[in-house]
Amino acid sequence: MGNDILVLAEHLNGKVSDISFEMIGKAKELAQKFGGKAIAILMGSGVKSLAESLGADSVLYVDDPALAQFNPEAYSRALAAVIKDRAPRVVMIGNTSMGMDVGAWLSVSTELPLIAYVNGLAIEGSTLVATSQIYGGKIQAEAIPNGESCLVSCLAGAFPVGAGLAPALVPAQSVEQIASPVPLNDLKVKFIKLIEPEKGDVDITQQPILVSIGRGIGGQENIELAQELASALGCAVSSSRPITDAGWLPKTRQVGKSGLTVKPKIYLALGISGAPEHLEGMRGAELIIAVNTDAKAPIFDVAHYGATCDMLDLIPALTEKIKG
Amino acid sequence: MNIIVPIKQIPNLTDELEINSDGTNLDHDALQYVLNEFDEHAIEEAVLTKESAGDAVRSAVTVIGVDTTGELDSVLHTALAKGADKVAKISGDFPRGTDSHTQAKLIADAIKNMSPDIVMTGVQAADDRDGQIGPMIAAHLGLPYVGVVTSVAAKDGKAVVHKEYAGGVMAEFEVTLPMVVGVQAAHQPPRYAPVSKIRQIAKTAKVDDISGGDPVGSGSNVRKMFKPESAGHAEMWDGDPAEVAEKIVGMIREKGLLK
Ligand SMILES: Cc1cc2nc3c(=O)[nH]c(=O)nc-3n(C[C@H](O)[C@H](O)[C@H](O)COP(=O)(O)OP(=O)(O)OC[C@H]3O[C@@H](n4cnc5c(N)ncnc54)[C@H](O)[C@@H]3O)c2cc1C
Ligand SMILES: Nc1ncnc2c1ncn2[C@@H]1O[C@H](COP(=O)(O)O)[C@@H](O)[C@H]1O
Repeated sequence: MGNDILVLAEHLNGKVSDISFEMIGKAKELAQKFGGKAIAILMGSGVKSLAESLGADSVLYVDDPALAQFNPEAYSRALAAVIKDRAPRVVMIGNTSMGMDVGAWLSVSTELPLIAYVNGLAIEGSTLVATSQIYGGKIQAEAIPNGESCLVSCLAGAFPVGAGLAPALVPAQSVEQIASPVPLNDLKVKFIKLIEPEKGDVDITQQPILVSIGRGIGGQENIELAQELASALGCAVSSSRPITDAGWLPKTRQVGKSGLTVKPKIYLALGISGAPEHLEGMRGAELIIAVNTDAKAPIFDVAHYGATCDMLDLIPALTEKIKG
Repeated sequence: MNIIVPIKQIPNLTDELEINSDGTNLDHDALQYVLNEFDEHAIEEAVLTKESAGDAVRSAVTVIGVDTTGELDSVLHTALAKGADKVAKISGDFPRGTDSHTQAKLIADAIKNMSPDIVMTGVQAADDRDGQIGPMIAAHLGLPYVGVVTSVAAKDGKAVVHKEYAGGVMAEFEVTLPMVVGVQAAHQPPRYAPVSKIRQIAKTAKVDDISGGDPVGSGSNVRKMFKPESAGHAEMWDGDPAEVAEKIVGMIREKGLLK
């Protein structure tokens, strides 16, 4: 068993995702304490310069046309082989759309424990303590892996982007290209294409105020109330995921992990519980005002102001006041 | 098209979550359990996929879960009312809150001889501290896995699936069947099953009872569970909706955003 920390770096559309830098920053800290190295691994095609932008102690990259885009099968199999070969102490994977396809699969195939939804990592003596954020952000769980080595999947935004922004990470001393540890010509998963989002009628990332509604809206018939409030304010309605999944608003209005990231001057979160996937898209708003009947809803932990009244009473009252 | 939908019951997050006396777990007995909402989507997507594949003879949607609550039957009856053809539960000494590794192994063992074309799980569950069961089932069965999926179209031994990334970007993959997918959202909202229909079905429904093996465990030990102490908390406004509205208007005005 080594003392190295292995980090799976992610990229999309020629850009390394922030989560990679966040994990590398943390990996360096952990590696130093364990007396090992922070090693990043990046897979892609024509990715030498992306590999060189990573600030790990050393970087391994696999360059192959078959890896031009993320492929869950190729990534999982290749990573399993690298783990077997290098026996790292800890493997860090993003708790992202890409990382979620890889982490739990690896846990079974490498027989290493997986601790998921991690937003805190510490070392006590020589023991790794991983804190997971679970139950929709309502509970934290501190866990210790059985055995020395484990996998962790880390939440986006849990660790600083390598002491600031990506470029602040000092590029690795050693960047080494390795051959793909697994054959890439017989994959059962074949990437076909990327589909960019359609442009919506309004761009919620450009609004100074957002009237953002969640499942607390109750039913489709109440969407109109929110629309009226937004038009009185001269702004737009955005929402949490269940509202767009139900087809009550177009997908382009969704805020969060799988939607858009917004930074309005005022974000009115109405009937939104504040699940981590939602917070990811709006915690950067200048002023957050939350209305939720549940005083314990996690949204109140990020909101600046809050009230526990019924949004269906509040919205008409607010619309009235604004119309004057 | 033989589709298997492994499901998982989780605590209802709208309930107050209490931590047990030694501070290492939830007080599960005090909680109501509901079906993981992403599993609702998986059931819907499975029924839609079966319907559009159209080979009626071999087509079936089987919903299966580990009975950690003693109440799985009612969830399975609901699944039948929503269009599943067969249901099964895995019984044994599996308490509420049984870890994902154990549930995934039990399900994988139960379905490995069912020769599925597609296994559809929910993408994740709110209590997945040790990871999602979908990729674990895939690893146990040696099948490919794609998660965060919002549509599946299967035909002639292959399926085209859409996977969501951040910012609304999607990737399209073609996967050789059999496969496991983690459903984020069905391509139409899950259908509603009237309570009367569920009751009717419950009278005659046959739930296959499979006895499960030993738990494998999560591979890690929770030493402390707690409610997050956030760095900050909203300043709370009391008062009726009119008063709260007044406060909000004040804030909007302060920001210079009210014409
Ligand atoms: C991979 C992945 C990606 C995801 N991406 C996103 C994403 O991009 N964006 C996103 O939002 N979610 C996303 N989710 C889903 C996320 O986990 C939550 O399920 C979702 O954010 C919950 O939405 P909600 O807060 O509207 O609903 P709920 O969690 O059901 O909350 C509803 C809230 O409304 C309150 N309420 C009820 N009635 C009233 C009333 N009358 N007045 C006031 N309050 C009321 C309740 O107290 C509750 O807090 C993602 C999940 C996964 C797994
Ligand atoms: N809070 C919840 N979150 C997600 N799903 C739920 C919740 N409450 C109920 N459900 C599911 O919604 C479906 C319909 O519920 P019911 O209206 O009680 O028949 C059931 O299958 C429940 O599992």
